[in-house]
Amino acid sequence: MADIVIDRVSKHFGDFHALQEVSLNVGDGEFVALLGPSGCGKTTLLRIIAGLETQSSGRIVIGGRDVSALSPRERGLAMVFQNYAVFPHMTVFENVAFGLRMKKVPDAEVKRQVERAAALLHIEPYLDRYPAKLSGGQRQRVAVARALAVQPAVLLMDEPLSNLDALLRLEMRTELKAVLREAGTTTIYVTHDQTEAMGLADRIAVMYGGKIDQIDTPLSVYAAPTTRFVGGFIGNPPMNFIKVKAESGTVRIGPVSFVAPAGGLDLDLGLRGEDAHLSGDGSGLPFDVRVVEPMGSHLLLTGSIEGQAARIVAPPTATVRAGERVGLTVDPSRLTWIDTSTGRALARPQDSTR
Amino acid sequence: MTSVTATPIVKPSGISVPGARRLLLWTGIIAVLAWVLLPIYFVALGAFGGRLGVFRWPKSIWPSDLSAASMLQFLNIEGVFGALMNSFIAAGFTVLFSVLLGAPAGYALARYSFKGQTAFRLLVLLTRAFPLAILALPLTVSFIRLGLYDTAFGVSLIHTVLALPFAVLVTQSLFMGIPREYEEAAWVFGCTRFQAFLRVVMPLALPGLAATAIFAFVISWNEVFAASILTVRERTLTAYLLKVLSESPLHYRFAGGFILIIPSVLFIFAVRRYLFAVWGIASK
Amino acid sequence: MPTRANWIPYALIAPSVVFLGALFIVPLVQTIWLSFSSDDGTLLGNYARMAGDLNFSVAIRNTFMLTLVVVPLQVALAIGMALMISKVGKGRDLILWVFTIPLGISDLAAGLAWLAILQNSGYLNSALYGLGLIQGQTGWLSQETPVTLFIGIVLAEVWRATAIVLVIVIAGLQLIPKEFSEAAEIFGAKPWTRFCKITLPLLKPSLQSALILRTVLAFEVFAVVYALGGTNFPVLAGEAYNWQNINQNYGVAAAYAVLIMAISIAATVFYLRVLRVRPEQLP
Repeated sequence: MADIVIDRVSKHFGDFHALQEVSLNVGDGEFVALLGPSGCGKTTLLRIIAGLETQSSGRIVIGGRDVSALSPRERGLAMVFQNYAVFPHMTVFENVAFGLRMKKVPDAEVKRQVERAAALLHIEPYLDRYPAKLSGGQRQRVAVARALAVQPAVLLMDEPLSNLDALLRLEMRTELKAVLREAGTTTIYVTHDQTEAMGLADRIAVMYGGKIDQIDTPLSVYAAPTTRFVGGFIGNPPMNFIKVKAESGTVRIGPVSFVAPAGGLDLDLGLRGEDAHLSGDGSGLPFDVRVVEPMGSHLLLTGSIEGQAARIVAPPTATVRAGERVGLTVDPSRLTWIDTSTGRALARPQDSTR
Repeated sequence: MTSVTATPIVKPSGISVPGARRLLLWTGIIAVLAWVLLPIYFVALGAFGGRLGVFRWPKSIWPSDLSAASMLQFLNIEGVFGALMNSFIAAGFTVLFSVLLGAPAGYALARYSFKGQTAFRLLVLLTRAFPLAILALPLTVSFIRLGLYDTAFGVSLIHTVLALPFAVLVTQSLFMGIPREYEEAAWVFGCTRFQAFLRVVMPLALPGLAATAIFAFVISWNEVFAASILTVRERTLTAYLLKVLSESPLHYRFAGGFILIIPSVLFIFAVRRYLFAVWGIASK
Repeated sequence: MPTRANWIPYALIAPSVVFLGALFIVPLVQTIWLSFSSDDGTLLGNYARMAGDLNFSVAIRNTFMLTLVVVPLQVALAIGMALMISKVGKGRDLILWVFTIPLGISDLAAGLAWLAILQNSGYLNSALYGLGLIQGQTGWLSQETPVTLFIGIVLAEVWRATAIVLVIVIAGLQLIPKEFSEAAEIFGAKPWTRFCKITLPLLKPSLQSALILRTVLAFEVFAVVYALGGTNFPVLAGEAYNWQNINQNYGVAAAYAVLIMAISIAATVFYLRVLRVRPEQLP
């Protein structure tokens, strides 16, 4: 068990800045997801923590020990790779035992640990098989078992579920959460899938353009994004942004006016599709519906507010037709205000009635 | 042939070839099979037919009076056995050098990007545009000075020049085919680079390395020009045969030709699975 | 890859670089130098002697004629064989193996194999005699029958070295997604059109490397010729061999070597130009 301190880590590839002074503290036993689109630097950061890449500057401290200059094997961690990297020329048993063998653990102890890890991941029946005979999901379990067998202080996972089909991914996600909670290992988990990050992590670090935009609990990241990017990246449908101007402390959209936050004149009003409700009598924000998609659990309405594109989630029983104009009521305390010039969120105004 | 055509011939794509064209196809294939195999068959008949067989007239294409006697006689001729051994020694060293030098270079090309990489690739590819065996000509003098002239070892050096570019390119693609993550996983789970290579990369690369070795063997085994230039007494089999070609009786020539052909045929059989992968890459 | 391991790739390629430097670059320079340092002290003395030799123009003509006849034949034959194999389902592996056997056979052995067929009491004469086409043993490989000797050498060369082209072509064919041909078929292209419009253009990179490889080797041709015709059919590499080993004149041998290299490089450049493959046209 150990905590991880990532201290102003940068990485350049020539002129390209993959990571720009990224700092992040992961507590002992905590599960942190690095979430972001491809190319945001999340995998590079994970590989730097593992020692598979060297940072251009900055430090990695694991359990109080500066490991910045150490090779991967000296860092005392385990990793699960995107393509599993289960050795094809070894049986499942030898794969799971690999880390223990390298530590010259006595045979009896190896057997005990392998069986414990195998039981945790339900792969006991396959221990004497070769990976080629296993399905993708089973190989994934072997990869996780191999990582857990060494009882690592830190577990790194690089998009471990992305090669599985949707159904299996859901099942493995649930199981991973249970297994990792039991193991209590400090975990850093890289993913581009927000549902994975939301479902698994204690905290999510949303990365964009080589920086961490926001690090917070899943609920906070969802409800109170600190940048326009985070709002747009997290949530399905993504947060709507409506360009508005603040005039003498007020923002007007159609017949509705809001108290403007302090600090900016050109603003993006961030509105989650789930936070808008059909007013029924046409009052509130005017929303021109262009397309109605019944999703079963809800209706997805695509249209525009004041000529700006927006997606709204309505109850499945609502009767809305394409081409209609409906009114939306919103709770001002659930709005996000972004300063257009910086892309960063402004503090919500305290008193926010119409 | 009827029994073969009776079974439905199905392309990998699942389209079957209609009857008349199927007949044409198999006629063509049988013709090419005969074209390839008949000369080997005839040289074998010549090798085992002895002095009488060679001059029998007119010849029957069916074997008669075959015996190993003339082949044994040939092997007992002064110098033949030594030449055979020299061929094996030269080929053995060629295999050793081309794998030991080529595989690390192939690994470097596959796993690292470094300054000078393009230059090195160019050097390797450049060898292709040159008639390499011709380069044995000026080496005569330096080889005499170094005591390498007229040794199988010296021959193997120039044969390695022939086989090395091949080994580099083939092993490069071989190592590229082994996911980097295998090695990284090994590092993370406690291996040094060298341990990771031995425990994870080597076992996976072994069949491909064996194929590379076999190709190097065949390249050396078959080479005539450089071997003839660089040896006088310690000739390889090809150099020996070339030297005595004009003065030796026909059945000995055929025996020599047959011995030259046999290992090649076996080796090509052994590496047939790699042939296309290997040449597809090495011909880029 | 950690940057602290920067020296590793250099350490890995160093042995190959040193080796190729010592046994490829150095002899290359030596050959050129040797060819320009003649006994009579003139710069082009060796070349003058080479060009003045009785066999020189014959060797040039023979080598070029062999190359011009053999290489196109091999490419055409290899494409034909590859297309046949692509139509075969069962037995494909075995056929492929037999087709590629000559790949492992040396030019010397190939010459000897065809000698068994073409010699006076060989199988060709036996067959022709059996068919009543000739009265008795007929010589095909002597100085008096240069045309049949040439044809015999062509046969042996085509027999031996088509396999290399075949393997390159098959490897190239495997890289062409079959969807292209299927798309053409859906739009109504006949097999021959599909071959000309789809397969052949996409095969160009493979053909290019096959042509370069084969042409360079064809200019080196030597042992096949020697096995079949002895000294009756002079070729460039054979002349180099004679000057080196029999006349012991390393300078003229080097001049021949430089000539062969110059022709090889010219051929390579020619192919690279003529069959230029634009990267944006590849799948």
